[in-house]
Amino acid sequence: MFLPAIFFYLFAGMCIAAAFMVIAAKNPVHSVLFLILAFVNAAGLFILLGAEFLAMILVIVYVGAVAVLFLFVVMMLDVDFAQLRQGFLQYLPIGAFLAIVLLTELVLVVGAWAIQGTVQQAIASPTPPIAQVPNTEALGHVLYTQYVYFFQAAGIVLLVAMVGAIVLTLRHKPNVRRQNIARQVERSKATAVEVVKVRPGQGLP
Amino acid sequence: MTIGLGHYLTVAAILFTIGVIGIFINRKNVIVILMSIELILLAGNINLVAFSSFLGDLVGQVYALLVLTVAAAEAAIGLAILVAYFRNRGSIAVEDVNLMKG
Repeated sequence: MFLPAIFFYLFAGMCIAAAFMVIAAKNPVHSVLFLILAFVNAAGLFILLGAEFLAMILVIVYVGAVAVLFLFVVMMLDVDFAQLRQGFLQYLPIGAFLAIVLLTELVLVVGAWAIQGTVQQAIASPTPPIAQVPNTEALGHVLYTQYVYFFQAAGIVLLVAMVGAIVLTLRHKPNVRRQNIARQVERSKATAVEVVKVRPGQGLP
Repeated sequence: MTIGLGHYLTVAAILFTIGVIGIFINRKNVIVILMSIELILLAGNINLVAFSSFLGDLVGQVYALLVLTVAAAEAAIGLAILVAYFRNRGSIAVEDVNLMKG
């Protein structure tokens, strides 16, 4: 009974502390590492909620791909990060004020809602009991049948993002020799090889 | 000691607030702004998964998967724009972006 609560408070506390350090750390590399910590703890929260597949995807996609991408860019760009933090204290008071207002509003909303009784009838695809069907299998049953178009739309989003990222960052350098397949194919024996008769003792001119 | 839906929603609300404030106080550092956006999307995802779990409806997790996809795509595109901008100007100061003019 106590164990899930303990783990919830552990994961939630670590997640919030790490998220706070993301925006407060002086060094952006530390920010990225704290972002990784926040995502790992969020994955723990997902496991507590029973969404195991999403937890693993969160670890793979965020820790494995997105955070490493951030780390790569932070280290690749030669930026004076101390200079970028100059307005930090200037914006801190209004930031803190907005934080209090926003958090109060959100917590008031969270504290005041109630689930309507008719929601239980409106459930689109009920979760099967986890003892019979594991979470990944249940998600697959829903995702690949009822929501297959959403799945493909997600694939198209990723494809467009990939093409866009390549187009944005690709540079054509002028003096780089590239493979020209048409020229390679049209080469024949006549154009490629020249037969030279060399007389003995004279050599080539 | 039972952990209810409200606990998860509170965690997501705090994360969301931290993300919004991160955008406010790190006005000059685009990388931290992008990371704050990731935090905001993570807060949304926690909400989706919490409701999905407590209402017993799997569609919330399907939607969380889509949000995850969009977040990854957004990070890739944002960082690509950042790299292209850095090559053009030699800095990543956000307040100079309006000098680019097209």
